[in-house]
Amino acid sequence: MQKAADVVIIGGGIIGCAVAYELALRGVKDIIVVEKQYLSSGATGRCGAGVRQQWGTETNAILARDSVRRFEGMNEELEYDKDIEFKQGGYLMVSYTQKEWNQYKKNVAVQHSLGIPTKMITPQEAQEIVPHLNINGLVGATFCHSDGHANPFHVVDAYYKAASRLGVKFETYTSVIGITREKGKITSVQTSKGDIATSMVINACGYAAGTICKMVDFDLPLYPQRHQALVTEPVEPCQGPMVISLHHRLYCQQTPHGSFIMGVGDPNEPKDFNINSSWEFLEDVARQATTVLPLLKNLRVVRQWSGLYDMSPDANPILDEVPEAKGMWVAAGFSGHGFMVAPQTAVLLAQKILGQECFMPIERFGLDRFVKGELLLEPAVV
Amino acid sequence: MQTKETIVCRCEDITLDEIKALIEQGYRTIDEIKRVIRAGMGPCQGRTCRMMIAQELSKYYGIPVGEVLMPTFRPTVKPVKLGTFAGGE
Repeated sequence: MQKAADVVIIGGGIIGCAVAYELALRGVKDIIVVEKQYLSSGATGRCGAGVRQQWGTETNAILARDSVRRFEGMNEELEYDKDIEFKQGGYLMVSYTQKEWNQYKKNVAVQHSLGIPTKMITPQEAQEIVPHLNINGLVGATFCHSDGHANPFHVVDAYYKAASRLGVKFETYTSVIGITREKGKITSVQTSKGDIATSMVINACGYAAGTICKMVDFDLPLYPQRHQALVTEPVEPCQGPMVISLHHRLYCQQTPHGSFIMGVGDPNEPKDFNINSSWEFLEDVARQATTVLPLLKNLRVVRQWSGLYDMSPDANPILDEVPEAKGMWVAAGFSGHGFMVAPQTAVLLAQKILGQECFMPIERFGLDRFVKGELLLEPAVV
Repeated sequence: MQTKETIVCRCEDITLDEIKALIEQGYRTIDEIKRVIRAGMGPCQGRTCRMMIAQELSKYYGIPVGEVLMPTFRPTVKPVKLGTFAGGE
């Protein structure tokens, strides 16, 4: 392994790989990505794979809106030899309570101010889009046709191959065991395969970002939260959009492969690193999914798994330099929607690090918002 | 052996040729191969292909099959309808 690098990126998920690509594209030489297991083995490869622009905070909405444009042209841009499987079947966000509907209206106002083409529709119109939707008690729905989903493994693979062509080195099955500072500045990273001298570290470790920050005595305000998901046998295409019911804590989509992927958030999930699958989840998700989409009761589950959200206090990401360790940048805290905003998050961070003009204000993602109490609370997280 | 016509993953129609090509490209474990080509993601959850891919990796890297990293064995053991879990059947 190389003994020195200009930049060491810790974490081979979507964020680490995309940031590596964007930095290399802007002329940075000598980038090493260090990954504990294999690429996309953490949260990226376990995510629900959705890409939506229907957010309640401007920050998430801008990142998602601009990332959708990148996903649309990603196979060509990254010259990928396979297919990232970006399917724009839209997102149908259904609301079964008046209170939730009032929040949806506020969210849509934010989206419209940013040019995101979300429509507010009636239960009947929602049923025209998803014929097997249960509209009993449905107050209304919002639909954005250009939302969709992509294959996380292939998106990471595409960034990995494009970054490799630009000279980025990837060290998989390599753990970071320590980080050295001198006079408050990063000087090297110790790994299970040797030391790398560097003045810049990008901490893209998702739920493990806090562990890395502890190596420089910094307490990152993140906590891990298990989310479980399942996939069914494949069937003929019958559901265009991802369906989200925040009331049922449910998201559910049909992939281009034909299988359905779904999950529910558990409000009682403890804050720990557990990623075992539970039978309680199977019962919970089955009840919620067959309530919202009754037809699905005939589908067979073939596999369940789980992954960890890297929850920040306001469900918005942290993109900032650690004050006590100059040269360490944090790109974490994506709170379950890092995959969909990764393409533009990587651009934003690369622009900031290189002192270029940022396409949106990055200060909003700063660490000081937690100190000042100026949170960007995101209301639309499943 | 006719590697082009030898099906390794029957659920997803993956041939031995395709598996060997991925190993040549540097995909090092069953998990990595599964994620990039879907081998082992079908209804049988890799009951056939998992060990065959393990054998290929073992040959390529010159290590015992027992040292090839196994993916996590995940529920469910066999496909079960959502309606059954929901308690309706």
